[in-house]
Amino acid sequence: MPADPSASAAPVVALKRVGKTFANGVIALERLDLDVRPGEFVSLLGPSGCGKSTALRIIAGLSEPTNGTVEAEAANDAAPRRIGFVFQEPTLMPWATVAANVRLPLKLAGLEPSAQARVDAALARVGLSSFAQSYPRELSGGMKMRTSIARALVTEPKLLLMDEPFAALDEITRFRLNNDLLALWQSLGKTVVFVTHSVFESVYLSQRIVVMTSRPGRVFTELLIDAPYPRDERFRTSADYVGHCRQVSEALARAIGATEGP
Amino acid sequence: MSEARAKDEARTRVDRVLRVLLPIAVLALGVVVWELLVRVGRIPPYVLPGPRLVFSTLISDWAVLGASLLVTLTTTLEGFLLAAAGGVGLAVLFNQSRLIEYSLYPYAVILQVTPIVAIAPLLLIYLPQQAAVLACAWIVAFFPVLANTTLGLRSVDHNLADLFRLYGATRRQVLWELKLPAALPYILGGLKIAGGLSLIGAVVAEIAAGSAGAGSGLAYRIVESGYRLNIPRMFAALLLLSVAGIVIFFALSLVSHLLLRRWHESAIMREV
Repeated sequence: MPADPSASAAPVVALKRVGKTFANGVIALERLDLDVRPGEFVSLLGPSGCGKSTALRIIAGLSEPTNGTVEAEAANDAAPRRIGFVFQEPTLMPWATVAANVRLPLKLAGLEPSAQARVDAALARVGLSSFAQSYPRELSGGMKMRTSIARALVTEPKLLLMDEPFAALDEITRFRLNNDLLALWQSLGKTVVFVTHSVFESVYLSQRIVVMTSRPGRVFTELLIDAPYPRDERFRTSADYVGHCRQVSEALARAIGATEGP
Repeated sequence: MSEARAKDEARTRVDRVLRVLLPIAVLALGVVVWELLVRVGRIPPYVLPGPRLVFSTLISDWAVLGASLLVTLTTTLEGFLLAAAGGVGLAVLFNQSRLIEYSLYPYAVILQVTPIVAIAPLLLIYLPQQAAVLACAWIVAFFPVLANTTLGLRSVDHNLADLFRLYGATRRQVLWELKLPAALPYILGGLKIAGGLSLIGAVVAEIAAGSAGAGSGLAYRIVESGYRLNIPRMFAALLLLSVAGIVIFFALSLVSHLLLRRWHESAIMREV
């Protein structure tokens, strides 16, 4: 069962008054407060350029904030912070097979002995077992993205970060991967932070939606989607879903309006 | 359905045959025209030898020409291998240390742009002849490898680089698992250029040496034959050099194809 987002367990990652200014003077984020609670599925929703990808990279430790603090479970050499990251592009090594791509995180961490079993398991979970020896060039967009997801899962991370992973895919594949992702989340009990610009996707997938403004990026409001899991295509066409979408759309419109104010 | 497929396959087969047959046909035609020109115009062999004469000279003088071919090819191969190792090695060194890159890269460029024809005579003064020829082959060939490898090492997908950082990859891992594989198509491109250039470098040095009266490679034979007005032998030697260049090109193209065919755009047959 997915965790109750209102539970008071310690957050997996807490961003406190985080600001990020780039070298060219662009203020991407300002006074961003965000708690990521264990086991939850939370979406960061906002228009393009609102800094949600930047926030995600800060959570991952790929980027340092210029102000504020990032509190996360202590990382050290023995137990590197177990994070999986899925980019908008599949970001696979084109010169390596699917299996080699999925094995990469284990190889880099020096965990080769147990690698084969975990790689096989990860591939099975995304349904790509029969493509283990194929090269990325031979795969469709959806399959490449599934490989990327398998790679993110192979180290069994506690936190899964996804930056608009399905944006470049066609709708049918996107819906299918939405369902696959929810199934994985439920069975593996991970915490997922999902960045998207799609109201419909965020409502379908998440328990909690954080709406951000842009320039500078900041939390505008939060909405809870209390529809029960498992969610499927019936949810997508239910009145409940439509109602949530309307709410979220309005919040997003206000967030955009707040930016474009004087 | 299968009829269309059969037509497609037939067309591809015809295409492949034409690719080989047409240039050969042009060559045959050229040779025939050349021979006719020489016969009909009664051009003396010391002005323009006909193809039959060139070919028979090639066979009769094979002892000399074959040995010279071997000398030139050996120098070319050695120069190429050293240039490949030097070019890739230097590029990696520059990639790992900015200080070294800033210090030495300009001199690599200077070495490249100074015409080898002008450097060769100088090298021949200071080095034993074979070493001078090898040095010329190396100088001409190493810069394309260096430049292309440098470009390749920098052309890494920045998201992939982030991914490696996320998983705590060491510098060594980033170099061997990410940068070098990503640079491979570029390196192979540089090597294809370097192959032909090492031949040119060797030939330039040999001709410079030949003008001073010493040497044993194929280009030296050309100079020597020129002085002795043995024009058919000149042509025969030139023909051998050409063939050597073609073989080098095809060999490197084959290596490139074999290494890249499963994954790189440049080597993959597109299904239409």
